[in-house]
Amino acid sequence: MRANTWMGKTHVEVQNVPDPKILNSHDAIVKISSTAICGSDLHLYNGFIPTMRKGDILGHEFMGEVVETGSSVRKLKVGDRVVVPFPIACGHCSACQRGLTSVCQNSNPNAGMAEKIMGRSPSGIFGYSHMLGGFAGGQAEYARVPFADIGPIKIEDGIPDEQVLFLSDILPTGYMGADMCDITPGDVVAVWGAGPVGQFAIASALLLGAERVIAIDRFPYRLEMAKEKAGATDLINYEEVSVLETLEDLTAGRGPDACIDAVGMESHIDVGPLHAYDRAKQMVRAETDRPHALREAIMACANGGVVSVIGVYGGFVDKFPMGPFMNRSLRMRTGQCHVHRYMAPLLERIRAGQIDPSFVITHQMSLEDAPRGYQMFRDKKDNCEKIVLSP
Amino acid sequence: MGKSDSTSQLVDGLGLFSLGLGTAQLLAPGAVNRLVGADDHAMSRAVMRWLGGAREFAAGVGIESRRRADLWLWARVAGDMLDLSMLGAVLASPRRDPVRRSRAAIAAAAVVGVTVADVVAATRVSRNGAQNGEAGKAMSSVDAKAGVTVNRPVNEVFAYWQNFENLPQFMAYLQSVEPLGGGRSRWRATGPAGVEFGWEAEVTDEHINEFIAWQSVGDATVENTGRVEFRPAPGNRGTEVRVHLTYRPPAGKLGHTVAKLFGEAPDQQIRDDLRRFKQVVETGEVVRSEGTPEGSKARRQLFQRPAQPVTS
Repeated sequence: MRANTWMGKTHVEVQNVPDPKILNSHDAIVKISSTAICGSDLHLYNGFIPTMRKGDILGHEFMGEVVETGSSVRKLKVGDRVVVPFPIACGHCSACQRGLTSVCQNSNPNAGMAEKIMGRSPSGIFGYSHMLGGFAGGQAEYARVPFADIGPIKIEDGIPDEQVLFLSDILPTGYMGADMCDITPGDVVAVWGAGPVGQFAIASALLLGAERVIAIDRFPYRLEMAKEKAGATDLINYEEVSVLETLEDLTAGRGPDACIDAVGMESHIDVGPLHAYDRAKQMVRAETDRPHALREAIMACANGGVVSVIGVYGGFVDKFPMGPFMNRSLRMRTGQCHVHRYMAPLLERIRAGQIDPSFVITHQMSLEDAPRGYQMFRDKKDNCEKIVLSP
Repeated sequence: MGKSDSTSQLVDGLGLFSLGLGTAQLLAPGAVNRLVGADDHAMSRAVMRWLGGAREFAAGVGIESRRRADLWLWARVAGDMLDLSMLGAVLASPRRDPVRRSRAAIAAAAVVGVTVADVVAATRVSRNGAQNGEAGKAMSSVDAKAGVTVNRPVNEVFAYWQNFENLPQFMAYLQSVEPLGGGRSRWRATGPAGVEFGWEAEVTDEHINEFIAWQSVGDATVENTGRVEFRPAPGNRGTEVRVHLTYRPPAGKLGHTVAKLFGEAPDQQIRDDLRRFKQVVETGEVVRSEGTPEGSKARRQLFQRPAQPVTS
């Protein structure tokens, strides 16, 4: 089959690879109809995630049709149309039973590797390095899905792929970002990052009852989308105005009740050199200083508020404002999205017309064009927001 | 390797010292000459640079690489002797001015101190090496301990382990365990490079749902004992399982093989085994991925195949 493989830093190649096989009796093989490139795939692309090997198949946002099931699979049948969540969860460990599927205790065969870097291993993830399992990803024609009865959600009607594909990752991730804010009526929520996850965080915050949702980014086309499609009530372009001053003004000195970091480390695993607060204000204009979004979110947040972190981080952060965080009674809520618990409720919201996730799609191309897609996505060419690939 | 922490720190310190001094001697031999009170001219600089700096730097690299650190440390001692004799020549010469003589005296005192450290380190490392079979003698025993919490009731987890025939499902090196009756069993294992070895074991003590203890009997290739304890985890979290294994690898090549299996990170090995135990008890199977399709045989985490489906 054809698959998009990682071949080194800024080098992905679509190659012929063997078709997947059942390896565990709980596996299913899915023929992929649509798949996407994620912002976190760019960390792999830019060579910042360790334990990658040449030939690893990438991709963790995919859906399609079940074509084979292992002997222990009960819920899925050949022919079922499914969307597959990106964290792999066994369903039987205490983490899965508590709904914390992105920290499943059984789904990472390379847990020993992850422990060395993280202290304890999170769940395995499709197509995201050997440290997180060494699972082949979904930017391919077929994929093997472990624990098929636990993860995939069945799509029983003819709703188009574009409207449900993002149940695999970015829609639940944005939603969880807003969910973790414990929004109550009248709340003001600020969202750093207007990429696809940020767009869904904005839309979700409004669905959950926020009165004002402020989008923060530097690309006019992304801010435009946040307002027109996601429903943001206020926009801040941080290259033109001071974020902190604008937030103070918008909230008459209270600060936003909740701050969502939908930026993460993006291009870097480790934060660069330490900066004084004043220089940090200026540095926020530079693209590489993504970690500053988190610091800014902490400094901006209303006392007693929530900092909700859904942007991906890999390692350690220098100069974390622990003093402000502690003294102002802030709460941090974070984690890789526990996709499994959100898929069904969000599918219902999509069916009810409360949200159409396809608004983030700006480009559709063949799987064969994946290398071009990665470049375009990374460089934000052609107003690129989200690319969907068809195998 | 069995080095104690303090020896390891001493060796590290000497390695870094060698690297630093060697760099100084290679890059600024004149300054070092003047510092120790020696004559400073083209010839003495060349000597300092090549006989001193290159030797020192090489020793530093050798020590830090940890390959035959004992040899490099003895090489340092030899070098110290050379340095002392050179400084001795400076001190003995009556024509030296007092400033240079005092510098040489200080340098000599420093070298004596370093020589003592070198000798101590070299003897310790050599002795540890002998103990760990580099001289071909039998190795000391290897201890491995780990724990895991399994989300199932105690009786279920206990019953699974009690049937030793289940152990090869999750223990990476075990091929089979065959019950022989009367609490005895025959175990077969495969080491790296396919070396096969086996032994007979007997259960020495057992309390239902509490613990099982066993040991190898007779002329086992690898003497070993094991103990696994079961305890209900607090708050209905299932069962806490704690395992303690000891191995006494034999002398020679087989011992090296066995030690390679466990010696470097015995706790890690058992931790991974227990992780697979938890997977089997909770989900029915050891989880596989394209990068590690071998399941319980997945031993080498660093050198995995690419995350692509396997060919038929």
